Amino acid sequence: MVIEGRVYRFGDDVDTDQIVPGRYLELVRPEDIALHVMEGADPGFSARFVPGSVIVAGRNFGCGSSREHAPIGLRAAGVSCVVAESFGRIFYRNAINVGLPILKCDRIRSAVAEGDTVIVDLAAGTVSVPKRQEVLQGERPSDRVIRLLECGGLVNYVRERIGSGEAKPVPVE
Amino acid sequence: MHALEKILANASGQAVVEAGQTVSARVDLAEVNDLYLQVLISFREMGAEKVWDPSRVVFAMDHYAPAPTIKSAANQKVMREFCASHGIEHFFDINSGVCHQIMVEAGLVRPGMVIVETDSHTTTLGALGAFGTGCGATDMAGILATGEMWMRVPEVIRVTYEGSVPEGVMGKDLALYTLGQLGTEIAGYKAIEYSGEAVLNLPLADKMTLCNMAVEMGAKTSYIQPTPDVLEYVRARTGQEPRPVFTDPDFRYHEEHRMWIEGMEPQVACPSRVDNVYGVTQVEGERVDQAVIGTCAGGRLEDLEVAARILAGKRVNKNCRLIVVPASTEILRRAIDLGYVQSLIDAGAVLASPGCGPCLGAHQGVLAAGERCISASSRNFPGRMGSNQAEIFIASPATVAASAIEGRVADPRKNL
Repeated sequence: MVIEGRVYRFGDDVDTDQIVPGRYLELVRPEDIALHVMEGADPGFSARFVPGSVIVAGRNFGCGSSREHAPIGLRAAGVSCVVAESFGRIFYRNAINVGLPILKCDRIRSAVAEGDTVIVDLAAGTVSVPKRQEVLQGERPSDRVIRLLECGGLVNYVRERIGSGEAKPVPVE
Repeated sequence: MHALEKILANASGQAVVEAGQTVSARVDLAEVNDLYLQVLISFREMGAEKVWDPSRVVFAMDHYAPAPTIKSAANQKVMREFCASHGIEHFFDINSGVCHQIMVEAGLVRPGMVIVETDSHTTTLGALGAFGTGCGATDMAGILATGEMWMRVPEVIRVTYEGSVPEGVMGKDLALYTLGQLGTEIAGYKAIEYSGEAVLNLPLADKMTLCNMAVEMGAKTSYIQPTPDVLEYVRARTGQEPRPVFTDPDFRYHEEHRMWIEGMEPQVACPSRVDNVYGVTQVEGERVDQAVIGTCAGGRLEDLEVAARILAGKRVNKNCRLIVVPASTEILRRAIDLGYVQSLIDAGAVLASPGCGPCLGAHQGVLAAGERCISASSRNFPGRMGSNQAEIFIASPATVAASAIEGRVADPRKNL
C-alpha cells in the first residue's frame, strides 16, 4: 500500500477526546462523526481538510478513551493515513480494525512541515518527503496488519473467514 | 511467569507465555457500554448471528445515565432490544452505575479472569487480581462473535511504594504522583503492577482508583496482588472461593520504579495534562468554578465518606458548584444510610445519578468557555468536560471537597 498526500501536522499527546469530543459520542454514522473530527485540537479542521491527506503527529497520538469514533471519524473524513512517533494502544488497534492506515515513525514530526507532501509505503514502513529529499524508516507493520488493512478492516476480515468456516479475530499488536 | 502471564497462558491453553508473544485469549467476561452502538453494527456486518455465550456478556448503560439526548436514548433502546433478543441477562440499565464498579459489586469479577470492556479504564479490575483491558467497538464485536481476542502478552513494569501513606493522602494522590513522575507513555502496550505495603494496605476503593489511572500511563492492564481483605470481598460477592494467581519469585520485571511517599502532599494534575502534577501547596489558591466528586475514579463509598467529613457543617463557596456522582446505586444507597448524602446536600452539593457523570463532557455538568473545574474523575484533556476553553484540575475527592469550600484549589489536610 502506497499513500501519497498533503500533511496536516499535530503535536504530542493528541488524545481521542481531542479527535472526537465526548459530546459527539452518540453519533453512529461515520459521515456524521467526520464533521467533528479533530475538533478538540483544531476546531476548523474538518471544514479545511482536503480528503486524501495525511495526518502527521508527535508522540502518543490517540491516547486516552477507547472510543472507536476516533479512527472511524478520521477515515470517514478522508484521512488516508496517520503517521505518528507513537500511538495510544487502543487507538492503534482500533485504527487497523476499521481499516485506517497507520504508521509509527520516529522523528516524523520534526521531519515534515504542514502542507508538505509525503509518500507513505506501508509495507516497507517508510515515509518519503520529496521536498526534503528524505526517507524516514518507520516501524514496518506485520503482514497480518497489512492484510487487515487491505481487507478494509476487521469486519471484512472476519466476514471472509466466517464464510470460509474459520472465524477468528486477528492480532494487530 | 508473572500472574498476568499465567492468566493469559491459561486463557490461551498454553503452559507458558512470554512478553511480546501474541496469543488468542478466551475472554471470561465481555462488557459493552452505551457509547458503543458500533459494537452491534460491526457484529452484524461481520455476519455474526449469535453471541458466543450470553452468560459471559454484560451491557451497562453508564455513560448516558439517564439518556440526555434523543440519539443516546435511541442507542440505548437498540441495546436493550439486543440484550432481550440474545438472552443477555447481565444488563445494567441507567439505574446502576459505572460498569467497572457495578460488575465488581454484582460478583462478576474474580481474580484470574480475563475481562475485556469497551472502556479504557477497565484496567481498574487489576485491583481484584483480574486481567482487565479496554478495547474498541470492532474488537468487541469480534469477541461477541467468537469469545476470543488476540493480544500481545505485555511486559510488566513494577511500581513499588515505600513509606506510609500520609494523613490526607488517598489512592488518587498516589496515582497522580506516579503519573507526574513517570509520564503518560511509560506503559504503552505494557502492564503496571503496583506493590509495596502502602499499596497492599489501601482499601479496595483506593486500589481500584490506582489501577484505573494506570491507563493514563498507557497501560494495557494493571495488577495488585489480592490481599486477604480483597479475597474476602470477592468471596462475599461471588459466593465462590477465589483462586488468586501468583507471580513466580524468579520473574524479572521489564522495569522497576520506586516511589517514596512518606511526607507526600496531596497531588493535583493541572490543565491540561494528567502528568502535569504538582503538590497541592504549589497550586493552592487557583480559582475553580465547579467541583466534581465521583465517577469510576473517585465516586466510591470511601470517597464520599471523606468528602462528607470535610464538608459537614460547611458551605460550598457561592462562586462554585459541587456535583457529586456516586459510582453506583449501591454506593448511593449506603451513602444515604450513613448520612454522607445529607452532609453533602446540606453543604450545597447537587447529586447526579450514579454513572460516568460529567467526566466525558456529555451531560450533568458540562463546562463553559473560561470556566475551571476541579474533579476527582480521571482526565483533564482539553475539552474533556465541555468547552475547549475550559480548564480541568484532577485531584482526590478530599482535595476536591476542600476546594469546593474555598472556590479555589485547597489543601484538604486543613479540614481533616
